[in-house]
Amino acid sequence: MRIEYNFAFFDEGSKREIRRATLKAVAIPGYQVPFASREMPIARGWGTGGLQLTLSLVGKEDILKVIDQGSDESVNAVNIKKLITKTTGIKVTDETSEATIIQSRHRIPEIPLQAGQILVLQVPLPEPLRYYEPSELETKKLHAEQEYSGAWLMLFEQIMNYGTMSTGADHPAMVHDRYVMAPSPIPRFDNPKLNHSQALILLGAGREKKVYAVPPYTRVESLAFEDFSFEVEGFKNKYCGLCGAKEVFLDEMLDDLTGETFYQCNDTSYCLQRLNQKSAG
Amino acid sequence: MIKFEQPVLSINNLNKQFGKGCPSCKGSNEDSLKKNYCPVCGTVYACQNIMFEVYAGEILGVVGESGSGKSTLMQCLYFDQEVSSGEAYISSYKDGKTDVFAESSQQKRYIRNHMMGKVYQNPLLGLRINFTSIGNIAEKLIAAGNRHVGKMEARGKELLEHVNIPIYRMKEAPKNFSGGMQQRVQIAKALSNNPPLLLLDEVTTGLDLSVQASVLDLIKTIQRELQITVVIVSHDLGVIRMLADRTMVMLDGRIIEQGLTDQILEDPQHGYTQHLVQSLL
Amino acid sequence: MGYVAVKGGIQAIEESIKRLKYERLKKGTVLKFQQIEGGMRCLIDQVMSESSLYSETLAAMAIKQAEGSPEEAVFLLRAYRSTLPRKHYSRTVQSEDMSVERRISSSFKEIPGGQILGTANDYTHRLIDFDLNEETEHDALEWLREYALERGVDNDQADLSNLPKTLDYLREEGLIPTFEINSDEPDDVTKESLHFPTSRSQRLQILTRGQTGAVTSLGYAALRSYGALHPTVGELRIGKLPIYVDSPFQDQKEDEDAYYIGEIKVTEVETLFPAEVQKGNGEKEIEFEIGYGICYGQNETKAIAMSILDRCLETANPEYPTHNEEFVLLHIDSVESTGFISHLKLPHYVTFQSKLDSVRKTKK
Repeated sequence: MRIEYNFAFFDEGSKREIRRATLKAVAIPGYQVPFASREMPIARGWGTGGLQLTLSLVGKEDILKVIDQGSDESVNAVNIKKLITKTTGIKVTDETSEATIIQSRHRIPEIPLQAGQILVLQVPLPEPLRYYEPSELETKKLHAEQEYSGAWLMLFEQIMNYGTMSTGADHPAMVHDRYVMAPSPIPRFDNPKLNHSQALILLGAGREKKVYAVPPYTRVESLAFEDFSFEVEGFKNKYCGLCGAKEVFLDEMLDDLTGETFYQCNDTSYCLQRLNQKSAG
Repeated sequence: MIKFEQPVLSINNLNKQFGKGCPSCKGSNEDSLKKNYCPVCGTVYACQNIMFEVYAGEILGVVGESGSGKSTLMQCLYFDQEVSSGEAYISSYKDGKTDVFAESSQQKRYIRNHMMGKVYQNPLLGLRINFTSIGNIAEKLIAAGNRHVGKMEARGKELLEHVNIPIYRMKEAPKNFSGGMQQRVQIAKALSNNPPLLLLDEVTTGLDLSVQASVLDLIKTIQRELQITVVIVSHDLGVIRMLADRTMVMLDGRIIEQGLTDQILEDPQHGYTQHLVQSLL
Repeated sequence: MGYVAVKGGIQAIEESIKRLKYERLKKGTVLKFQQIEGGMRCLIDQVMSESSLYSETLAAMAIKQAEGSPEEAVFLLRAYRSTLPRKHYSRTVQSEDMSVERRISSSFKEIPGGQILGTANDYTHRLIDFDLNEETEHDALEWLREYALERGVDNDQADLSNLPKTLDYLREEGLIPTFEINSDEPDDVTKESLHFPTSRSQRLQILTRGQTGAVTSLGYAALRSYGALHPTVGELRIGKLPIYVDSPFQDQKEDEDAYYIGEIKVTEVETLFPAEVQKGNGEKEIEFEIGYGICYGQNETKAIAMSILDRCLETANPEYPTHNEEFVLLHIDSVESTGFISHLKLPHYVTFQSKLDSVRKTKK
C-alpha cells in the first residue's frame, strides 16, 4: 500500500477553501475569519495555521523562506521548510529580499518587506480579548460591536500594577480603525512594521481555526493611552557582537567563559548578509 | 402652576416573558394564569404591561417579593435582558424621542456606558472580582471612551474616596474585600461617568444590618449631592421607606399600586400592600 | 569568501530522526501489520475513532510508525485524512440494521431479542495471564478449531441483524418523548469550523472523535459531581453497520440504486436520564431523556461517556464546565491538545526576551 501526496500536500478542493477564507480576511482587515483548519503533518501549535496558508498559496515559481524566532536554522523552521519542499519541490532561500513567501513564527524580518511579497505569521492565540472574556460567543459579539474596552483594560491593569504596560510579545493592535488584532507573538519591536506594510501580511491560527490579514498599506496602530505611549523593547547602546548592527532586535547571550552578557542579531540571515558584505568589501 | 418636565426615564408597556406561550395563555387575562405562570406551557410572564416615569433627582422604589418580576425589570432597563415588547425613552438620549429598546445592541451598549450605572445584588455580576478596584472603575471609563490613564486614575481615586474605600487599597482586587466594600466599589463604578440614571438592584440584601445602614447612608448622601435619578429595587420595605420618594409595588409581574412612598406606607390600597406594610410594623 | 555562521540545526534534526528509527528497530524486531491488526484490536479501534478515519490497515501502519503511541498514531492518520477530498456522503445509517455482536441493557433484566454478552473484558478477572508467555501459533490454531466445533453444536439460529431497539419499547409506552425525524443535512465539522452555539450534529461529531481519555474524564466528572447525572444504560450495542453511498449518476435517490461500500464496526449507546417535565394540566411528571454515544470499533467507556456529555450539552448549565459546550468541545481533541502542549517545547526566546524587557522596565 503506497500513496503519493498531491502538490503542496492538500487536495485542490481544500486549498481552494482555505484561499476563499484568506480572500475574505484580506477584504476585512483584522477580522478573524473562521476556516475548516486541517490536521497537518506537524503538530497543532507548531505552525499549522501558517503552514496551511502557505500550502494553499504556493505555486511552482514561488521562493520560500521560513524562520522561527528569527532563525532560518531553527528546528521548527527547518521542519516546515522540509515538508513544503518535499511536497512541492520549490526553491527555498534564507534571503528575505529574494523570497516571495515568508513564513515566520514570532518575528518580522529586519530587511523591509516589499510589494508583492507575502508574510505568513503563525498564530497560537488569535483572540486579543481572550484573557478578558473566555467565551468565544461573547468575544465575537464584542468584535461585532467594536467594544474593545477589555483590551485597554488589560493594559490599564498592567500600568496600575507595574507602572508600565507590561505586555511582552503580542501587544494588541488596531487594524484599519476597526478591529483589534493579536499580531501573533512578535515582539513589540516588530509591531510598527505592520503599519503600512508594502507586503501582504497573513496570519493563520490552525488550532483555533482562524485566518486574518493585514493587506498592504493598511493602518495598524498598537494600542496605547494618551499619557502612556506604546514602547518597543529597548536595546539602547547595545549592538550585535557579530556584525555590529544597532536598532535591530537582539538576542541576549551569556558568555560561558567570562560570564558576561553580549548581544547578537536575532535575525540570523540579516546578520549573515551584513557579515558577507563586510568581508566582501 | 404645572411644570412640564421631561422624565429622565419613561417606560411604556414593558413586557417580558420566558417561554414561547401557548394558545391558552397568549393574550390572556389573569384568569388563565396561575400567578404569572402558565400551567399549560410553563411560560413565565415576568413583567406585564409595566408603565412608569422617573423624573430628575427623584428616587423611585420598586418593592415586591422574590419572583414578583422586579429584578427582571431592572435587567431589562440595563439591557441585560431583551424585552419581549415595550418602549423606553431616556431624556439624555436623542432628546428622549427614540425608543431605546429598539436600538441596536451597539447603541444599547453606548447608552449603558454613558447614561446609566447599575449596582447588582451579586458583586460577581457587577465587578471583575480579580481585577484591581481602580481597574474596575476604569473599565466603565474606558468603555465611555477615556484613554488617559492619569485622568482615569484621578477620577477613580476621587470615586473610591467618595464611597469610603481607602486609596491605599485601590490596587487590591475586590475579591479580598468584604461584602459591604464590594458594594461600595460597585457604586463607585456605577457613578464613574456621571450617569443621569442609577439602577440599584437589592444592593443591601445579604449584608449585615450595620453594613446595610452604612451602604444606604452612602446612597442617600451621594444622591443628595449629585442630584442623580435613582431606581431602587428591594424586597425590603425598610430600605424603600428610607430612600424612595415614590414607590411602585409589584406582584406577579404587575404593578399593583404606586404613589408617594409615605402615602403607600400610611394608606395602602391593595390587599397585598396592606399585608406588606403590616409586616413592617 | 563568504562568512560561515555556525549551522547545526539541520544536522541535529537529521540525527534526532535517525535516533527515533533506531529506538524502533534496536531490538531487531519488525512488526508486521498483520500482527498489529490481529493482536491490537482495541488500540486500532481507539485510533480509528479518534482519527475519524475507518481503516484498520492504515491504523495498523500508523501504530507501527508511532511505536504504539495512540496520540502519535492519531496524529499521523488525521494528517493523512487532510489530503483526502470529501467525495461522498453516505446514506443515513440506521442502527437497527446493525449486525449485532454484543448487546446489553442495564435497565431491564430481559429485553426483546435478549441480552447478548458477546465480546467483553467486563467478566474477566484482571489477572496477568502468565501462560501467554508460552502461547504459540500452534496453540492458537488448535484452540480456534476446538472453538469452531463448540460453536457448531450451538443451535441458536437467532437473526442478529434486525434486533429491536430497547428504547423503542419505552417510547411506545410514552416514557420517553418522541421526536419527528430530523432530516436536516448535518453540519460537517471537517468542512466548517465550529461556531457557537453549536448544532447537535456538530457536538456529536466532536465528541465521537474526541480523545478517549478526555471524553472519559469529563463524562466521569459529570457523573461523579459536576451536574451529578445518574444515567442508566438503556442499550449498548456493538456490531457492524452496512454503509451505502448514493449513485452519483442518478438524480432520484432510490434505495436500490445506492452502492454498498462496506461495513464499519461501531459501539452505540443510548443512556437514560430521569428528568422532570411540565405537563399540559400543570402537573409534573418524570420522563426519561436520552444521551447518545457512538464511536468506531469497540470502545464502550468512551461511548458511554460521550452519551453523558451529549446529555450535559443538551441542557447547558453555566454552573458546570461539563455542561459548557465551549469548555468540552474545544478541549477534547487529541491532535489539538497534544499539539498545543507539545509546542511548549519549541524555542520561545524572542517572546521571552520581550517579556524580559517588560520585567526590567517594571523594576525601574
